[in-house]
Amino acid sequence: MSQKIRVVIAKPGLDGHDRGAKVIARALRDAGMEVIYTGLRQTPEMIVAAALQEDADVIGLSILSGAHMHICPRVVELLKEKGLDDVQVVIGGIIPDVDLPKLNAMGIHGIFLPGTPMQHIIDYITAHARARV
Amino acid sequence: MKSVADPAGTRKQRWEREVLDPTLRKSPERKGPFTTISGRPIERLYTAEDVAGIDYDRDINNPGEFPYVRGIHPTGYRGKLWTMRQFAGFGTPEETNQRYQDLIAAGGTGLSVAFDLPTLMGRDPDHELCLGEVGKCGVSIMSLADMERLFAGISLADITTSMTINSPAPMIFAMYLVVAEQQGADWKTISGTIQNDILKEFIAQKEYIFPPRASMRLITDIFAFCAREVPKWNTISVSGYHIREAGSTSLQELAFTLRDGLEYVQYGVDAGLDVDDFVPRMSFFFNSHSDFFEEIAKYRAARKLWAEAMKNRFGAKNPRSWALRFHTQTAGVSLTAQQPYNNVVRTALQALAAVLGGTNSLHTNSLDEALALPTRETATIALRTQQIIAHESGVTNVVDPLGGSYFIEKLTQDMIDGTLKYWATIDAMGGMVEAIERGYPQKEIAEASYQFQQAVERKEKVIVGVNDFIQADDKPIEILYIDDTASGVQLQRLAELKQSRDHGRVQRSLAALQDVARGSGNTMVPLLECVRAYATVGEMCDALREVWGEYEEVPVI
Repeated sequence: MSQKIRVVIAKPGLDGHDRGAKVIARALRDAGMEVIYTGLRQTPEMIVAAALQEDADVIGLSILSGAHMHICPRVVELLKEKGLDDVQVVIGGIIPDVDLPKLNAMGIHGIFLPGTPMQHIIDYITAHARARV
Repeated sequence: MKSVADPAGTRKQRWEREVLDPTLRKSPERKGPFTTISGRPIERLYTAEDVAGIDYDRDINNPGEFPYVRGIHPTGYRGKLWTMRQFAGFGTPEETNQRYQDLIAAGGTGLSVAFDLPTLMGRDPDHELCLGEVGKCGVSIMSLADMERLFAGISLADITTSMTINSPAPMIFAMYLVVAEQQGADWKTISGTIQNDILKEFIAQKEYIFPPRASMRLITDIFAFCAREVPKWNTISVSGYHIREAGSTSLQELAFTLRDGLEYVQYGVDAGLDVDDFVPRMSFFFNSHSDFFEEIAKYRAARKLWAEAMKNRFGAKNPRSWALRFHTQTAGVSLTAQQPYNNVVRTALQALAAVLGGTNSLHTNSLDEALALPTRETATIALRTQQIIAHESGVTNVVDPLGGSYFIEKLTQDMIDGTLKYWATIDAMGGMVEAIERGYPQKEIAEASYQFQQAVERKEKVIVGVNDFIQADDKPIEILYIDDTASGVQLQRLAELKQSRDHGRVQRSLAALQDVARGSGNTMVPLLECVRAYATVGEMCDALREVWGEYEEVPVI
């Protein structure tokens, strides 16, 4: 691959549990990706703005608080508004099974639950990141 | 515990030569590495030689005697069992009140309040960052009216309450005091704990609002206020739990937590308080992770380190300042979403480690907590786990049953030595506030958590059901699903509250709070008036945000 995959890792909402976000950010970086970590307390607007500014191929959202059914639709909607529909959204965290089909219906398929091996996430992103021109 | 070296080397060397080596040649050991979950190498055998430098009277001593390695009570759990304090909260105050009534009926002996993220972050539910967060991870408390609902039918004179609240601790504590007053309970006799530990928020859990120095002032204001007005209240619970959950090693948890404790004492002294007036009301909160002996050694080391620091570094004279009291929670991070019933076993072992380490209070996690907040049934099993340890296992018959074990005493000493090294580094930076501003503990923890994850990926550390012993037909369990009903209820209540209260009184009380914040008076005094006027948590925090600003961290990965 000629160019690195660019990933924005974001912590939306009020939750400060950033262990997972930071470990994943570092693992993706060590796997050769360009990783931008937004830090804490990001609104969907801030996350999409970061993706636009950073020319991201992938947005990784780390959500453990139960707010995913509010945050994910908003991020997907804003990406469409900005013409960034081809940016892959993946999420990691605590997501109840009943919400998985609803997230899939929004176009979110990379959903990584507790205990997912890091290599699995790296492989998924490598296979599904928007193709760079 | 001295041993005599003979000309053929020490006894252990002789044993290695004559007994061990032939065995190893025939049947080698497993591959290892033989390390704790924190990566600390462990020898295959500990003997008297490993503890030859330890003097029992000076370094360990009996329970109830300085430096309290074997416990702060001479009778251990024969006098009083630990407090079985189960952390709970979700949805509206009424829903959480019902859970408390259930826990009390099931034999729980203390309450422990989990607040939702908007409350923890000092935001009212109508703020944009609260989208989807109201009532999700804990109970939503916006004003005194919610606190009245939370404790309806529960006598605050008769039960102790622990509240996991940090940045808005003064506001929530003021609400508790006003509810106690309404019930006719005497501030001089009520007891409980507020977590009120902002340093670990900057280090690990990240629920900070104000910059470090302003935050430290709120804490010393509470120390001073309680010494005068609420003398039995535990004003702070200096917490390693979250540091550990964020990925630290056992040693880092111990070293950073106790160093945070020293920082609070120093700030209290600098604010003009006498050590023995406020240190006896400080308490601690540790994690109990899966490495059994390392955790037990950590608690024993903690008591000694604190006792010696209070006596020697701060000149405390009251033995109650020397004696470290702590709450323990089993490690949430160790729970697996896979094969969740296995979590009951993990939690039981972790709880046993806390008890063998002499914890004063304990929360056991529920089996479903890698997936959601616990159901009523799983919360009951968690409490039953403690009751089985207390009443069936027999471990409570004797004080510090592991004292004198070569391994435990050596590991305890190693934890002490390692902590003193970390303290020297932090002292050289100027203190913990300065170390945090430089990102030092944050970097140490991020590195440890990454190393652990790598060890899991390489299967050097086995997690049953996750990276080994995986079960293909792992069936999902029923979990507690918290919908948005609470959010709707609380938003409506917020709107109604703003219509019904005395607007002028709210504004005057918030202005008075800002005046004190700009000056040097005790912030608890104007906060009590804000609370009585039914000002919201968001309004009180906003008033202080205007004066002090907000903290923003530079993320470290």
